[in-house]
Amino acid sequence: MRHVMEASHAVAESVKSVEPDVIAAYPITPQTHIVERISEFVANNEIKSEYIRVESEFSAISACLGASATGVRAYTSTSSQGLALMHEILFIVSGMRLPVCMSMVNRALSAPINIWNDHQDSISERDTGWIQLYVETGQEAYDMTIMQHKISEDKRVLLPSMVCMDGFTLSHVYEPVDILEKAQVDSFLPKYKPVHAILDPKEPLTQGPIGFPTHYMEFRKELCDAMDGSLKVIEEVMADYSKRFPVAIKDARPEKYFHVEEYMMGDADVVLVAMGSVCGTIKEVIDQLRAKKVKAGLLKIITYRPFPKELIAKKLAPYKNVAIVEKALSPGLGGPLYHEIASAMYEAGAKSKLRNFIVGLGGRDVRLDHVERIIDMTMSGKGKTEEWML
Amino acid sequence: MTVDLGRKKVGNVEITTGAVLVSDGSTQKTKTGGWRAMKPVTDHAKCISCAICWVYCPDASRFKDTDGKFDFNADFCKGCGICAEVCPVKCIKMVVEEK
Repeated sequence: MRHVMEASHAVAESVKSVEPDVIAAYPITPQTHIVERISEFVANNEIKSEYIRVESEFSAISACLGASATGVRAYTSTSSQGLALMHEILFIVSGMRLPVCMSMVNRALSAPINIWNDHQDSISERDTGWIQLYVETGQEAYDMTIMQHKISEDKRVLLPSMVCMDGFTLSHVYEPVDILEKAQVDSFLPKYKPVHAILDPKEPLTQGPIGFPTHYMEFRKELCDAMDGSLKVIEEVMADYSKRFPVAIKDARPEKYFHVEEYMMGDADVVLVAMGSVCGTIKEVIDQLRAKKVKAGLLKIITYRPFPKELIAKKLAPYKNVAIVEKALSPGLGGPLYHEIASAMYEAGAKSKLRNFIVGLGGRDVRLDHVERIIDMTMSGKGKTEEWML
Repeated sequence: MTVDLGRKKVGNVEITTGAVLVSDGSTQKTKTGGWRAMKPVTDHAKCISCAICWVYCPDASRFKDTDGKFDFNADFCKGCGICAEVCPVKCIKMVVEEK
């Protein structure tokens, strides 16, 4: 059914329909509205989840780890400093192959302290072995929260996942969202049946043992193989979801979910690459410029980990001018997404001219004229390879 | 419930998904005392059986010997010396262990 709803509340509705057995979260801006709404559902007995009120994000993720190790569905949500505090445990959850699911509401990291949006928090956790999916709209946030459980819990994957949504610019925005019936979600997402991790006093087993130098590398290799293999599973799950639940609201999501979404790329002279809600602004500018016969397109990346590098290189290789527009940094290197795409393009032998634009850090508005400038600079070759939209 | 550990070979090494083991008590079976450079030698004549060393040992490696006095378990003791430090009658001495 269609509702006008805050994106955070849409995610909470999604969690309600997924009904995790255990939810452990600590409130942090801008994730707050998600966990507040979920705790209301639990308090009102609308869902049977066990909600653990913890004293920190370190405890939240640790509680989820413990819960998941007993073989139940576990969920958490956080932002920024909260995710940074979880850092150590994020590796342990993925290493133990526990399919914990997280709603990650993107916010800048201190210092200086800043509660507004950029992608530094989740991009800084890209190496933790968690699947990362970036969404543009409230509908995508809702849909992806259901899909992430099916992806993570798949026997071929067994990896934790975070759905990353922009703080405020998406999380606090009211949009039309199509909410599914509980029975529809149940038919898509079966109950979690653990296979390898079931702590049970009647059938004792050991989880989290020491990995000596004779074995450690093989476990890391298997984790990487599972992450690579999850590309196929994500694709299957997205295709299945898109088929079962067709678009109900125009432009609220891609007709068929995939690792990437192509927008007006066909005959484009310049292609922008971006993740998250800024894609909405970029699409708007593309539409305006098309009316003036300027041919720009967008490649929106949804699946960031695993990184679909062959696919992205193949999609971008035909274009002479490509601009990677991102909201995160690796100080001393530049934009992480830019460098990953540059590597992928080099491996594929592609010759496109790549540009890197750093935008929207700490909630700085990314305006229509910023995007116009990016397109103009990329087409004309003006400026340096890395430019900041200050 | 059916446990499927996902046994498989990676290179020449057999592993399970997430390093799960079907046995319990692997910590007891894996002897880790080999890390030790110093060992706590207890003078049983001086020991008053107060069990403070047993309480403070971070590795549960102190045990009550047949004579009622406390000594160390060589399979797990890492030689940290906390027992010697906390002993109220100073009956434990840390000495270099020659192997």
